[in-house]
Amino acid sequence: MTPVLEVKNLSTHFMTRRGILKAVDDVSFTVGEREIVGLVGESGSGKSITGFSILGLVDPPGRVVAGQILFNGDDLLKMPPAAMRTIRGKRIAMIFQDPMMTLNPVLSVGTQMIETVQAHDSVSRAEARQRSRDALGLVGIPSPEERLDSYPHQFSGGMRQRVAIAIALLHRPDLIIADEPTTALDVTIQSQILFEIKRLAGEFGMALIWISHDLGVVAALADRIMVMYAGRVVEAGQVDGVLTEPRHPYTSGLLSAVPAAVPRGEPLRPIPGFAPSPLSRPSGCAFRDRCARATEICATEPMLEIAAGREFRCFHPHVGRAA
Amino acid sequence: MSMPLIEAVDVSRRFSRKLDYAEKIANLFGAGLEEKTVHAVDEVNLAVYPGEVVGLVGESGCGKSTLGRVMAGIMPASGGEVRWQGKPLISLQGAEKRNMRLSAQMIFQDPMSTLNPRKRVIDLIGEAPKVHGIAKGRQMRDYVASLAERVGLDASYLDRYPHQFSGGQRQRIGIARALAVKPKLLVCDESVAALDVSIQAQILNLFMDLKREFGLTYLFISHDLGVVKHICDRVVVMYLGRVVESATPDELFGNPKHPYTQALIRELPTVADRRRTFTPIKGEIPSPLHPPTGCHFHPRCPKAFDRCRIERPVLKENAAGHVSACHRNDLAANETTNATAEPAI
Ligand SMILES: Nc1ncnc2c1ncn2[C@@H]1O[C@H](COP(=O)(O)OP(=O)(O)OP(=O)(O)O)[C@@H](O)[C@H]1O
Ligand SMILES: Nc1ncnc2c1ncn2[C@@H]1O[C@H](COP(=O)(O)OP(=O)(O)OP(=O)(O)O)[C@@H](O)[C@H]1O
Ligand code: SF4
Ligand code: SF4
Ligand SMILES: [Mg+2]
Ligand SMILES: [Mg+2]
Repeated sequence: MTPVLEVKNLSTHFMTRRGILKAVDDVSFTVGEREIVGLVGESGSGKSITGFSILGLVDPPGRVVAGQILFNGDDLLKMPPAAMRTIRGKRIAMIFQDPMMTLNPVLSVGTQMIETVQAHDSVSRAEARQRSRDALGLVGIPSPEERLDSYPHQFSGGMRQRVAIAIALLHRPDLIIADEPTTALDVTIQSQILFEIKRLAGEFGMALIWISHDLGVVAALADRIMVMYAGRVVEAGQVDGVLTEPRHPYTSGLLSAVPAAVPRGEPLRPIPGFAPSPLSRPSGCAFRDRCARATEICATEPMLEIAAGREFRCFHPHVGRAA
Repeated sequence: MSMPLIEAVDVSRRFSRKLDYAEKIANLFGAGLEEKTVHAVDEVNLAVYPGEVVGLVGESGCGKSTLGRVMAGIMPASGGEVRWQGKPLISLQGAEKRNMRLSAQMIFQDPMSTLNPRKRVIDLIGEAPKVHGIAKGRQMRDYVASLAERVGLDASYLDRYPHQFSGGQRQRIGIARALAVKPKLLVCDESVAALDVSIQAQILNLFMDLKREFGLTYLFISHDLGVVKHICDRVVVMYLGRVVESATPDELFGNPKHPYTQALIRELPTVADRRRTFTPIKGEIPSPLHPPTGCHFHPRCPKAFDRCRIERPVLKENAAGHVSACHRNDLAANETTNATAEPAI
């Protein structure tokens, strides 16, 4: 079975005045048909830029400087712009972290959705409206018919996000890249959307890359999980394994930082220190300055180890259940 | 008890969409179209005491941000009043008004919609303290750099523009900006939602430190019940514009009374719980354009009975400091007095 998406050695850099910012640095992964991959990691580690790179949405001074992005076998990086536009929106859709990146503030939601339908499918306006209304209903917007005439600012934050999700679903794409789509939603609506998304993924064979900070959501939703730190994937594997027996110290650090890990009201346990500035990352393992397990060898680059369906980059991985 | 720092008294906020010309003309021909009104906040009472952390949770669209804006003095109420240290906001004048404006800061849900894209971070964070003489000239850069450090932003970022940041970095710019004017009250609207759990832990620790050091008071809007449970002294649950329950976290999570709160807690995903199915609350999410009669939750409530369709339940005390608005409260009370063995369902 060929994977839907195969990313090979992707590097996306920003040429800033202060130097080269390696937002994504030699990242490789695959997404299989109907597979749900959870992408977690440090804020600023390159999760969104990985998504933008796949869709060809990186603007100067940023540029994909190396790698291949194979979508159903075709390299998206070599695709002419017109073909890319067809794929974007129709075959691959992205739900952005900030819904206002999808929504135009001066057009009603209905107008935007109808235009999106008609951009790729030649259907009547009435049918496009019908499809738009159904999509709004699917994500739990009440009175969808009336809400089509509302403008984005007339919705709550979470409703705007649901509209953005509805737009992504309009063409039933093969792959959806969802960038923290449910962070602004309460758990009941979140679980409704996750329920629908899982159902649609199964029914229409959609694959998903689900970027999220909420380890609980990823645990419940994803098949596989990838953890990014400082532009790299530092650990990847089946959700169950990674969350119960993390190998990489950054992953175990994340798991200890959740509120549930300490008694109520006690100080939480963030990972000590700060992420290195992406402009001046230390040589070797970028997590070195914050890692309790670091030794001299960590000043050299840890290679990607692959064993029993698990990948990680670390010289001194945890073995067995991490504390 | 001491005086609340801020208090909402019967506060309502409505949004109406006026009829456009075509619709007005249609009405001349007898179309009978009406203005559409959303009751975003419906007669809410909420007092926040100095040094208290009050969590505000509830379904998306139930009016949390709107209530937060009204209480922060950014948006006027359509009914009722907000009192700052006992005085109605609308009565504040001159220096008193400016003071309140500075003392109550809001950290917004979508940082992009509130950060001016043409300004550098140094100015976004430093402008208000400069205007208000909190830090001047040379000190300014140091002051902003120290704030940036506290929220975990590298000082080398200060000359960048908002679009050059990741989502979580932008959210931290918003937090630093609010802290820069040394507020007394912070209204945090989903302020840690876009942060990875480690930075989230760091920011939450910062919030708790500021509370200890300076007695900072918080209205903490969040859908993340794990976070709310951890840092709040009291949790208020809203449903479709109204407060339906309020209690300490131990009470609320241990002994939720309102059926909506019970559903919320049931759906809470945790890392430990690798549940692959989701059981959303049944029934369509009601529209604030046409809120259901009686108890707003009745069309979806598994415990609804006849009275719920007709009468609006009022908040009643279940236990000390624990109030909820549900007609089942009365049944439960009767049952205990009649000493019937049947437990309330
Ligand atoms: N237009 C830009 N110019 C310069 N640097 C940028 C630009 N856009 C993003 N970056 C940098 O690239 C890095 C990766 O950003 P990205 O948005 O992918 O992070 P992320 O993992 O999605 O973080 P978050 O969880 O906070 O959203 C960050 O350090 C960010 O500051
Ligand atoms: N400027 C506005 N004009 C018209 N309606 C509005 C406006 N702002 C909010 N509303 C409506 O008021 C209701 C409450 O919105 P609010 O943003 O307060 O919800 P919320 O509880 O913060 O939701 P979320 O969790 O999704 O952010 C929603 O139905 C929304 O559509
Ligand atoms: S390689 Fe070394 S520094 Fe990096 S995570 Fe592993 S032990 Fe820590
Ligand atoms: S008042 Fe009735 S409908 Fe409302 S929550 Fe209580 S039982 Fe359910
Ligand atoms: Mg991002
Ligand atoms: Mg909101």
